[in-house]
Amino acid sequence: MRQEQIKNPTLHFSRDMGEIVTEKHVQYIFSVEKRKDDFISVAMEYLRMNGAYWGLTTLDLLGKLDAVDADEVVSWIMKCQHESGGFGGNIGHDPHILYTLSAVQVFALFNKLNVLDVEKVTNYIAGLQNEDGSFSGDEWGEVDTRFSYIAICCLSILHHLNKINVEKAVSYIVSCKNLDGGFGCTPGGESHAGQIFCCVGALAITGSLHHIDKDLLGWWLCERQVKAGGLNGRPEKLPDVCYSWWVLSSLIMIDRVHWISKEKLVKFILDCQDTENGGISDRPDDAVDVYHTFFGVAGLSLLEYPGLKAIDPAYALPVDVINRIFFG
Amino acid sequence: MHGRPRKDPKPEDAAASVAKAEKLRSLQSQFLSNHHNKIYTNEALEVSAKLLEVNPEYYTAWNFRKLAVEHRLSLSDPDPDSIKSIFSEELKVVESALKQNFKSYGAWHHRKWVLSKGHSSIDHEMRLLDRYQKLDPRNFHAWDYRRFVAALMNRSEVDELRYTTDMINSNFSNYSAWHNRSILLSNLLQRKVQGFFPKEVVLNEEYELVHQALFTDPDDQSGWFYYLWLLDQTVKADAPRLVSSWPARDSNLIILEDQCLDDCALSPFNTFHSDSGTFPLIVYFNQAVEGVNSSTISVESVLNANSELNWKPLSTNNSQTAQVWVTYLNYPKVDVHSEAYPVEVSIGHSGGIISSSGFHYSHPSRFAFKVFARPVKTPIGHGGEIISWQDGNFALYETSPEEPNPTISLDQLNIKDDNEKTSSEWRAETIANEIALFRELLSEISCKIGKLTLARLLKAHDLLLSPCANKMVYSEEVINLYSDLRTLDPPHSQFYKDEHSLTLLQQITSTGESLLRYCFLHGDGTSSFIGNSMCLRLNNLSLSRMGSFERLLWVQMLDLSYNELRSIEGLEAMQLLSCLNLSNNKLSGFTALGPLRLLKSLKVLDISCNQIGSHSIDTTRYMCSSPLCHTEEIDWGRDEMVTGDVNLANYWEAFVIFRGLSLTQLDIVGNAVADEKLKSFLVKIVPTLKWLDGGELH
Repeated sequence: MRQEQIKNPTLHFSRDMGEIVTEKHVQYIFSVEKRKDDFISVAMEYLRMNGAYWGLTTLDLLGKLDAVDADEVVSWIMKCQHESGGFGGNIGHDPHILYTLSAVQVFALFNKLNVLDVEKVTNYIAGLQNEDGSFSGDEWGEVDTRFSYIAICCLSILHHLNKINVEKAVSYIVSCKNLDGGFGCTPGGESHAGQIFCCVGALAITGSLHHIDKDLLGWWLCERQVKAGGLNGRPEKLPDVCYSWWVLSSLIMIDRVHWISKEKLVKFILDCQDTENGGISDRPDDAVDVYHTFFGVAGLSLLEYPGLKAIDPAYALPVDVINRIFFG
Repeated sequence: MHGRPRKDPKPEDAAASVAKAEKLRSLQSQFLSNHHNKIYTNEALEVSAKLLEVNPEYYTAWNFRKLAVEHRLSLSDPDPDSIKSIFSEELKVVESALKQNFKSYGAWHHRKWVLSKGHSSIDHEMRLLDRYQKLDPRNFHAWDYRRFVAALMNRSEVDELRYTTDMINSNFSNYSAWHNRSILLSNLLQRKVQGFFPKEVVLNEEYELVHQALFTDPDDQSGWFYYLWLLDQTVKADAPRLVSSWPARDSNLIILEDQCLDDCALSPFNTFHSDSGTFPLIVYFNQAVEGVNSSTISVESVLNANSELNWKPLSTNNSQTAQVWVTYLNYPKVDVHSEAYPVEVSIGHSGGIISSSGFHYSHPSRFAFKVFARPVKTPIGHGGEIISWQDGNFALYETSPEEPNPTISLDQLNIKDDNEKTSSEWRAETIANEIALFRELLSEISCKIGKLTLARLLKAHDLLLSPCANKMVYSEEVINLYSDLRTLDPPHSQFYKDEHSLTLLQQITSTGESLLRYCFLHGDGTSSFIGNSMCLRLNNLSLSRMGSFERLLWVQMLDLSYNELRSIEGLEAMQLLSCLNLSNNKLSGFTALGPLRLLKSLKVLDISCNQIGSHSIDTTRYMCSSPLCHTEEIDWGRDEMVTGDVNLANYWEAFVIFRGLSLTQLDIVGNAVADEKLKSFLVKIVPTLKWLDGGELH
């Protein structure tokens, strides 16, 4: 028998990159949950469901989900569900596919999918598919490839993808593909990293990545890395931590993530931490929020930063959660 | 929050924030109460308008306003003026919301909803847009809305194209304008609208326009992708085309079966060992196509006189679209003196082969080869002996005098296409002009887009100059450019390295002569069970990516060890492969081996000393067919006997990859994943395995 030395992975973490302040981020997320009186907290009430998903997934990636009372969260989420099966962004707010995905993702995190009336939720989502294969966000008919991703992701997690016309859903997404290899909101819409994540994610989940010119899209995506190391969402725009998720996850799904410098990106994300009070901002020294904290931590997870749980690039949930759902 | 500075709030600011919050909270709760009680009075509308002015993303309030409009319309008489005023009130609310947040999805959608009811002036919208787009020329919501309005008023694409020209002329650094231009122009070109045909004239003008952007500020990306699109339009044919095949055109295929004696000198390039009674016929297109079947490809031969051929797409995610397709032909009875059996293949004589972008295979083509079946001189082993990849087992291949020159057969690998004469002069001239321009740019300033574009142009030049002979005039220069780029732009170094590898492989495979330098005979040439003991050794070339598969369809033994490969995307085309050495590369997950599942002849595999199991993130997780992407189910139940108490959530990748392979020899040592538990799992799911990590299994 031959004996060979096992080589170590390639990413080199060094002290001058900075370090993740895990405890501070955990404290920050709990503090945001409690804070209710400032203007921004009130203004953001309408998307508390998204906030729950961002905050709780961050906690799980940091290994601290146990500190949350799952039953309390679950019972709050159930109060946001409507007769139609869809969920609103908060109690009393209208149902929308955006918040329905967040609700389902949180249930998946807590391994509580059995609490859901799956038929009801999946009927709501399937009912939003249009004749051309696209999806509306709610009954008011806004169409966007974001909603295609959400529908596909949600139904896949709930094992009900067969409730929609997947072939038409895929061909609608393909009709939003641009000559730069990226994707827009609707046919003709400009490529945008967030939109690209949605379309690549939807194509990945439906086994349709062959519709993507991986080298062309890969070049567009890797050129999102600016000199400072951060990623922007469109050409000639400023870098922003949230694109550490949108760009990075897309690059991983098409296997081109080695085309950027991971070390520089790690440094950029760590530089955006508020090392005193926790939380991560869009750019260094800006105000932090839960959204950027999630995308920063998720980005670090995709970059294989030590001590973080791995996150799945298509479903945006920890890999162990996804493996439990599909191979459990 | 986007772009808000991080600072501790001053006490007076905090107090103001609380006061503002209190006001907003009161608006929001008043609003929700109205909404839940379906109150659509003027006061209720006023509350929602105020709320949206402060918080335009408060989506439920937009829904409320739509309900209120419907309610009011149902009450009032159909008096056009009052209808109009109901809708114009909505437009006002949208405008004040956009003042607060120009990127509010809810506000823009509300405006579309109002406009689509048909009671508002569209001209007003165009004027509004002109104002908005001057303020923020990159706002993609405004551009989306512009496309919506233009469609609503049937504004011509030519007018909209002119608008993008104006935008670009006032400031070329506007990716959004370039994008919209590419959409409009490709529509106009495709429909051959007057003034947009022939395409060559139009493209020449576009080159002029984009040069201004690139040469004014080469670091500004606005024109980069538009330029690449133009280059593609210039070089690439829309229609799918056959690139190569196996057996190659005009070749004499010799099939060996394990029996008896033989007397003829065999060329390892055209011999194939099979005891299954069939041999593969592989067709390789320039792009992925669908619709390959026995009616779109006719195969005329006595070998399959009465059977309909079943064509299979070589797709790693089980799709019906693929660049490479394979079918199997029966071969004739083995006989030392048997005659040659001619096979003629015709493609595209009846429609049906279509590219993913909807173009039809439009150049019917035909190729032929001959098949001889021969018994083999010595009894071939039955996989009993171990294949060793050590250097000592290889000898450089030299052609013997009595053997036909193998380079001839290699040069025949490409299918000639005589139908592409039109516009070829224009193409060559355009590429030559562009090369000259970019050389000039680089003589003045060293910039990465200049170097990258020049590399792309030079490759295009070689492709255009001799698509059949594959002479690489500029490959050396291209390789140097990619080396420069790695130094110039370190963060994207691996991108250039991959391009570098692909160019190197093109160079190596460009002629039979250069390829022969990498061809080796394995062992003593007789004891190997693979029949053909020719090995292509592309080891130790620091390849980070594999390519040029269309020229390597004949390879049965391939050594890719000691490279930097992370994936083997495209390797599924090499249908004859029976021995593959991937040791000492950078493969980081079993899912990277997805293409191997399509290689039905694969017997010997070495993946030792890679990084499988060392990474938490699997970059090929979605490149491989699996339950995660709904391309296949894993029937755990059926395999329970085999898998036993193993936690399948941890081993599904290995299971998906190896279960369908009939390997006899596997080397996996030197990967973090390769512990005893995994090895015994592999032994169970690959019952054909005889050798594992050099040890014989009993």
